[in-house]
Amino acid sequence: MQIARDILLQSYRAMRTIRVFEERLHVEFATGEIPGFVHLYCGEEASAVGVCAHLTDTDTIASTHRGHGHCIAKGVEVHGMMAEIYGRQTGVCRGKGGSMHIADLSKGMLGANGIVGGGPPLICGAALSHKTLKDNGVAIAFYGDGASNEGFTLESLNLASVWKLPAVFVVEDNGYGEATGSSYACAGTQKDRAAGFGMTYLECDGTDFFEVYETAREAIEHARSGRGPVMLHVHLARWYGHFEGDAMTYRAAGEVAREKENRDCLKIFREKVTGAGLLDASALDDIDTAVEDEVESAVQAAKAAPWPEDSALMADVYVTY
Amino acid sequence: MSKKSFRQAINEALRQEMRRDPTVVLMGEDIAGGQGGTSGVEDAWGGVLGVTKGLYTEFGPERVLDTPISEAAYIGAAAGAAATGLRPVAELMFVDFIGSCLDQVLNQAAKFRYMFGGKARTPMVIRAMYGAGFNAAAQHSQSLYPLFTHIPGLKVVIPSSPYEAKGLLIEAIRDDDPVIFLENKVMYDEEEDVPDESYTIPFGEANITREGDDVTIVAIGRMVGMANEAADRLEKQGITCTVIDPRTTSPLDEQTILDCVAETGRLIVVDESSPRCNMACDISALVAEQAFHTLKAPIKRVVPPHTPVPFSTPLEKLYMPSAEKIEAAVKSVMSQTTREVA
Amino acid sequence: MSKTPIALTMPKFGLAMTEGKLASWTVQVGQAVKQGDELADIETSKITSGYESPAAGTLRKQIGQAGETLPVGALIGVLADADVSDADIEAFITQFQAEQAPQEGADEASARASGPQTVQVGDYSLNVQESGSGTGLPVLLIHGFGGDLSNWQLTQEPLAAHRRVISFDLPGHGASSKSVQDGSLTALAASVAELLKTLDIPKAHIVGHSLGGGVALSLLRDQPEKVASLTLIAPAGVGKTVNADFLSGFAEADRNRAMQTELEKLVHNKALIGRKMVDAVMRARRLDGARDALRTITAACFEQDKQKDALLPVLENAKVPVQVFWGQEDAILSVEAASSLPDHVATHLYPDVGHLPQMEKATEVNKLIESFLEKAEA
Repeated sequence: MQIARDILLQSYRAMRTIRVFEERLHVEFATGEIPGFVHLYCGEEASAVGVCAHLTDTDTIASTHRGHGHCIAKGVEVHGMMAEIYGRQTGVCRGKGGSMHIADLSKGMLGANGIVGGGPPLICGAALSHKTLKDNGVAIAFYGDGASNEGFTLESLNLASVWKLPAVFVVEDNGYGEATGSSYACAGTQKDRAAGFGMTYLECDGTDFFEVYETAREAIEHARSGRGPVMLHVHLARWYGHFEGDAMTYRAAGEVAREKENRDCLKIFREKVTGAGLLDASALDDIDTAVEDEVESAVQAAKAAPWPEDSALMADVYVTY
Repeated sequence: MSKKSFRQAINEALRQEMRRDPTVVLMGEDIAGGQGGTSGVEDAWGGVLGVTKGLYTEFGPERVLDTPISEAAYIGAAAGAAATGLRPVAELMFVDFIGSCLDQVLNQAAKFRYMFGGKARTPMVIRAMYGAGFNAAAQHSQSLYPLFTHIPGLKVVIPSSPYEAKGLLIEAIRDDDPVIFLENKVMYDEEEDVPDESYTIPFGEANITREGDDVTIVAIGRMVGMANEAADRLEKQGITCTVIDPRTTSPLDEQTILDCVAETGRLIVVDESSPRCNMACDISALVAEQAFHTLKAPIKRVVPPHTPVPFSTPLEKLYMPSAEKIEAAVKSVMSQTTREVA
Repeated sequence: MSKTPIALTMPKFGLAMTEGKLASWTVQVGQAVKQGDELADIETSKITSGYESPAAGTLRKQIGQAGETLPVGALIGVLADADVSDADIEAFITQFQAEQAPQEGADEASARASGPQTVQVGDYSLNVQESGSGTGLPVLLIHGFGGDLSNWQLTQEPLAAHRRVISFDLPGHGASSKSVQDGSLTALAASVAELLKTLDIPKAHIVGHSLGGGVALSLLRDQPEKVASLTLIAPAGVGKTVNADFLSGFAEADRNRAMQTELEKLVHNKALIGRKMVDAVMRARRLDGARDALRTITAACFEQDKQKDALLPVLENAKVPVQVFWGQEDAILSVEAASSLPDHVATHLYPDVGHLPQMEKATEVNKLIESFLEKAEA
């Protein structure tokens, strides 16, 4: 596999940023300083980064309630994200969206989404924009195994196929929809669902960046070239609860520990690139340090940032009213 | 200027905006019709009541997109397309079908701008038919504008005539916020003079269709015509009414309503939607809160009963507001005058 | 005094008028009136105007009720001497209505058929209203900035007894196409010349109001052979200044309430500006391109509150009869400019009148125009 060194470095940095960002949130949330709901993406980093490595700001993604990873992978700025999660005026959404609604349309990030299955219909529209405006863009819906059972999602798979849209539906299958296992909640298979709509289906191990990268490349090329939508089924695991504060009593003792030990995408990445001599361990260490510093600075800046002004309450409901 | 039906006025607004702006696209169920049929006819329907007829022929399948019967997917797609550079006009056919796609409107399109800190624009229009009087029964006759008016982030437009429909629809398409545009299906064949040129009618400015001294009647959509009819009859009996067509329930031109009530001292609101938490409630609350001291008589609402819309003709007639009911309501408030206001 | 009863009928203000609303009676039954006294207020879809008594006498009967909408020509009241018996009045009414009844439908149909027509004039598509015929030279009426042919609704019909009278919407205005070229008086005058050519009128009496007065002066300068006489009502191009706030406020008003405020600046008697007139103006203003056209004209003809065109020399060198009307309360183009007019120009100034003498003093202005035209042709 030939991947340019700068892409490897960027991808590692993005994955490491997601990991550090999320683990820091886990700690900070416990202090009570972060308001609202927070859903962590730890363990799934290779999926967001492996897919978004093929995208530019012209391309569009829609994310989920577990959206921090997708935001970072699509280039949303970390300081603005952290400030948003703290509800501050300096947040990317000026403190009015919070963790579940981080969006940056200038980066082609159509938003995290508090509604399970909210993204796929939107992505049909974004893909229609790319097709109509002929900007060569693709639109990617990230959603979970839980959202794969939503009617919205199934309707979107049909519509995307009917309209032959440049869209990729990335099912991030972490085995749980909230506290219910996908073995219980998902009838049949994702593969058969794709087949049911005549849609190209690809799958990969979401803990191996290289596998995601390669499969996503194929999926995105297919969509971008006008051959219609693709379902990309990514198998992975989440390391924390559905939301922060979830004791995960529905998971067997040791399950998460085994995931961390055997399926840590960062560990696997480091072993592969150093083993093959693609990157030096020291280059990765340097990134680790830089990322720690960046997240630390983002947290300090967010805590110090002002709350939104009272006038923000009434602002931006409409463009004009 | 020529006589145009409500249907033609809407069709012309769509056609002119599509010619003017290549990012305007239409989507909906059978807005062309005939795709995949065995006859090969591709513009078979032009919408279930023919409102979009001929647009497919002029603009082709890339701009006039027939959808599967799949409201959540295409209303959501309209929201996503609007946020990424198009100006979609999605036709929901009957507004009653909002039940199949409310999330895309309520939680997505309406919220983007606020939730994203002002960084999104969602210039989409959802056109849908509303209203009883067509024997379409409980699932195809509702007047659900209060539902949308309740949602911050949406604009809600209810045209009362062909002239209003064309100008308000062009304004809706050019507007940068999500707009719900509701067409009373009983009115499609009503005609009046409508300019051939494009024009816009701004949102949030009520139209005063009759001026009088005794009673202010606020009426919405098709009810405006009934209120005018009642006002004309009452004038012959020596009672003069001001009739206000708010045009948009969100934004609502509160000032015009308050000004007119201050002049007449009496208010009747005619609203075809179900009576609990409807526009009649909202406007009554507005006046009670801000103009109570100008009222000479209790406010009266001419609204249907709190039931689903019945199917059978006599029951549906009983259900609907009418010019006769408005006339009776005016006489009732004239006789109920409880106090003189200085 | 009238021994024979006189029928008071719903008047016709403007060709498009087919019915009117008797807003109110201003004179009670039994009250004596002079010719020209206001008897009632009549409201049409465009204007509310006083109904002037056609003769001296006593109002004997009110047939139309306040608030009633009646077709043009319908009997609304009867005027007669006080000593005409009630029985004679009743007999007159019965007879009048018997004769009137079958004609109503026909009148309405002919009124509708003679509404404005679209005329292609070079690159312009102009909305043109024709009326009248006869031996006199035709009259062309040119309205002002942001106006339209309905500004002549009280003028056109009365002048049309002996001649063809034409009003039209200038380019960029009313129902005409919205391109105004560079928006200058010269360009607008060229479009007028082109219109006359299209209508096969080699020479006409030109009546211009406000900006239309400036257009008329430019036409006289550029194509004098087309002008038989010039009637200027509060014309542009004569004074140095203009009410710049009005120009922008009037062009940009996007709500009826704002437009009402601007329109009220045009008249001394604010009651002339009714809701329906405001609505009619707004309907024209909402058309795509209408505001842009006015912006272009404003930029071409005015610099802040200064008029760019100085057309007084055209007037000084005029070889045709010229008369000027001006309201002394004109808030748009100040009446002060009238003092600089050359001696050969007949000047009529009206106290308590604003920028629209042809509407505020319609009867007087119409009579003066009529006799001026006759004299010019004599």
